[in-house]
Amino acid sequence: MLSRVADSVFWMNRQIERAENVARAIETTLGLALDGTIEPGRLWNALVCAFGDQSDFWDRHGLADQARVFDFLAFDPANPNSIYCCLQAARENARTVRDMISSPMWEEINKCYLDVRGASAARADFADPREFIDEIQRASQLITGATDGTMSHGEAWHFARMGRLLERADKTSRFLDVEHFFGGEEGAGRDPVRWSSVLESASALEMYRKQYGAVSRKDTVRFLVLDRAFPRAMHFCLVKAEESLLAITGGTKGTHSTPAEQQLGRLRAALEYADIHEILGDGQAGAPRGLHGWIDAFQARLNAANDAIHTTFFALRPAGTVAEAG
Amino acid sequence: MDLRSYATDGFWDELFDDSLQPRPGAEQLVRRLAAFSHGELAARQRAADKSLLTMGITFNVYGHEAGTEKIWPFDIVPRVIDAAEWTTIERGLKQRIHALNLFIDDVYNQRRIVKDGVVPDWLVDSGKCFRGPCAGLTPPRGVWCHITGTDLVRGGDGCMYVLEDNLRTPSGVSYVLENREVMKRTFPQLFQGLRVSPVENYPEKLLAMLEYVAPPHARDPTVVVLTPGIYNSAYFEHSFLARQMGVELVQGSDLVVVDRKVFMRTTQGLERVDVIYRRIDDDFLDPQVFRADSVVGVPGLMDAYRAGNVALVNAPGTGIADDKAVYAYVPQIIRYYLGEDAILPNVPTFVCGEPDQCQHVLANIDKLVVKPANESGGYGIVLGPRATRQQLADCRDRIKANPRNFVAQPMLALSRVPTVVGDSLEGRHVDLRPFILYGEEIFVLPGGLTRVALVKGSLVVNSSQGGGSKDTWVVHRPTGDSPVPPSPSS
Repeated sequence: MLSRVADSVFWMNRQIERAENVARAIETTLGLALDGTIEPGRLWNALVCAFGDQSDFWDRHGLADQARVFDFLAFDPANPNSIYCCLQAARENARTVRDMISSPMWEEINKCYLDVRGASAARADFADPREFIDEIQRASQLITGATDGTMSHGEAWHFARMGRLLERADKTSRFLDVEHFFGGEEGAGRDPVRWSSVLESASALEMYRKQYGAVSRKDTVRFLVLDRAFPRAMHFCLVKAEESLLAITGGTKGTHSTPAEQQLGRLRAALEYADIHEILGDGQAGAPRGLHGWIDAFQARLNAANDAIHTTFFALRPAGTVAEAG
Repeated sequence: MDLRSYATDGFWDELFDDSLQPRPGAEQLVRRLAAFSHGELAARQRAADKSLLTMGITFNVYGHEAGTEKIWPFDIVPRVIDAAEWTTIERGLKQRIHALNLFIDDVYNQRRIVKDGVVPDWLVDSGKCFRGPCAGLTPPRGVWCHITGTDLVRGGDGCMYVLEDNLRTPSGVSYVLENREVMKRTFPQLFQGLRVSPVENYPEKLLAMLEYVAPPHARDPTVVVLTPGIYNSAYFEHSFLARQMGVELVQGSDLVVVDRKVFMRTTQGLERVDVIYRRIDDDFLDPQVFRADSVVGVPGLMDAYRAGNVALVNAPGTGIADDKAVYAYVPQIIRYYLGEDAILPNVPTFVCGEPDQCQHVLANIDKLVVKPANESGGYGIVLGPRATRQQLADCRDRIKANPRNFVAQPMLALSRVPTVVGDSLEGRHVDLRPFILYGEEIFVLPGGLTRVALVKGSLVVNSSQGGGSKDTWVVHRPTGDSPVPPSPSS
């Protein structure tokens, strides 16, 4: 398929996945705010930090409160990671690849964008953010369902799935960095409420309970990083993303012929053999970094894998440097 | 619904005659409309509008912020053409396209028609769309105008006239297909028991034509649609056609020419392209040959085309037959090449490039419609009877400065079709754009795009200027005699 089209399909799915994750994190924070155990300013501030947009937010809005953060994350046209911007970009991408995707996919994406645009226009008298948040999550699930159910599982579909899963791995890792967002606050690490909310942000609480029962820091990290069966666990995401990558290149696991396969394979292998104590950095002399350091390193390597995918498939190479395909 | 209050106001109405009896082919449709309960029409119209929004059937308007998409208004009352009349229209269009293709091939090669004095040499040589670099070329299979969208109008005399030949990159066919789809979604009852010619096979016909005109080297040709991108006004149509044919939609930057062959850049490397259905004007196709500032074209494309390594559809240079001054000579062109009289008449046209006709136009400008010879989309047209004194004076100056570039026609009383206004019907003016494919044979899509001027009294049907569209039905009547279509009253 065309490099430009692959790029658009990949990003379209990342953007939709991103919007869904932002929506779910807002929902979780709304729940925590109702509990009243954490000072709201800290809570909403931590949410902005989770998406890495804190400096932009502080520059333009200053103090974090529910109304400002909600507007920033949901509707702000100047925040490229807001739900509105993600869906606008996703729809724009969908439009450029309208010929590649199925009509049910296009219609769901288009409908979702029109809904968000409508909600954004009426945001001044926004009564219930929850309804809106639910709507976004439902729309994302519908789009994912339409993608799996109505699009041939060929090259374009694999680019779509790879984009969605890499975005998801990134967001799950950010949700896990909750201690850091609360400024390494004393006691935050042991607070089961906060870890429950991390699980909720990844839509993982129910599945976690089936496996571990009571919520703890260690098991939450174990579940969200290392689980092989839960679809939002980072390990799961990388395994499936690599499968899609290999389906695209025709390669086999354990070998590589492109930088993309090399970077993603390495990262997947690192999770395959990772140890929970190593990740948490506790009880081991050689692991001073702790969870935040580990997550930081993971995100750096995920970015490297993304760059490699870009160079391998999307970058418009000058003519003559690529062998003619048969 | 009470149709007795409907008024034709002295115009030719496509559904009703002067005594409000349904015209041939429209009987069943009129009966169904009459049976509507109060409020139903408006409700159906709303359902159709919503359907269009969800389906994302949009166009972009130039002059607005980039990427401003609009839903193209759609009216749910179809325009009906009786199959017997359609047969004549179809024959007329095939005849016209056949002759125009011979004309284009001739003017870029032997120029017999100029030497024989049938058309003046200035007409061809000064044509804004005449492309010198195409001289001496013959495209694969000898076809130049693969896809045409001819504009037809019906005058007050009930006769169908050809208003314009659009042979460059005519758009609108996607709306023909989507309008039918929306009608079936929102108004299934209307179709029951009627035989309406299907339009759904157009993409297959289009693909078969594109594959037919592939250069000889390509046994299993790779076809692509070339678009300027998502900000083009017709982007929806470009992606629609690519999707329906199952071929790649490419932009200029996706293509590269190596050794006079065209390739597209894919995730697996370069892949050869054999046929390009290009929706980019000649001017922008190849910055090495035409406009050097084009960023949507492909450097080296014309070179590959001249080497016979790729087919371009429509062929570059076809626009010469799209010139409105050339249009005036089409009846002579048909007679010259085919030895036949034109089946579909032209609207009487004054060519300002001919001095005596120019004098007539300047003297009667307040009664005429003046058109630039090489614009499309309705741009630059001056309606004499509706223009201010200043506008007429400006128009005269423009004609005097460059007479070659203008033609003038009498103001036509375009026919009307009942159109939804609130919960009732009012007549609105329409035209008709049938689509013609020239491949192994000439194919005319039954019906075509009916554009309607939604503003009361307006004659401007262009999407960019307040026009909308309707589904167009070629209806086969089960029994009965076929009426003879009216011929022009001269």
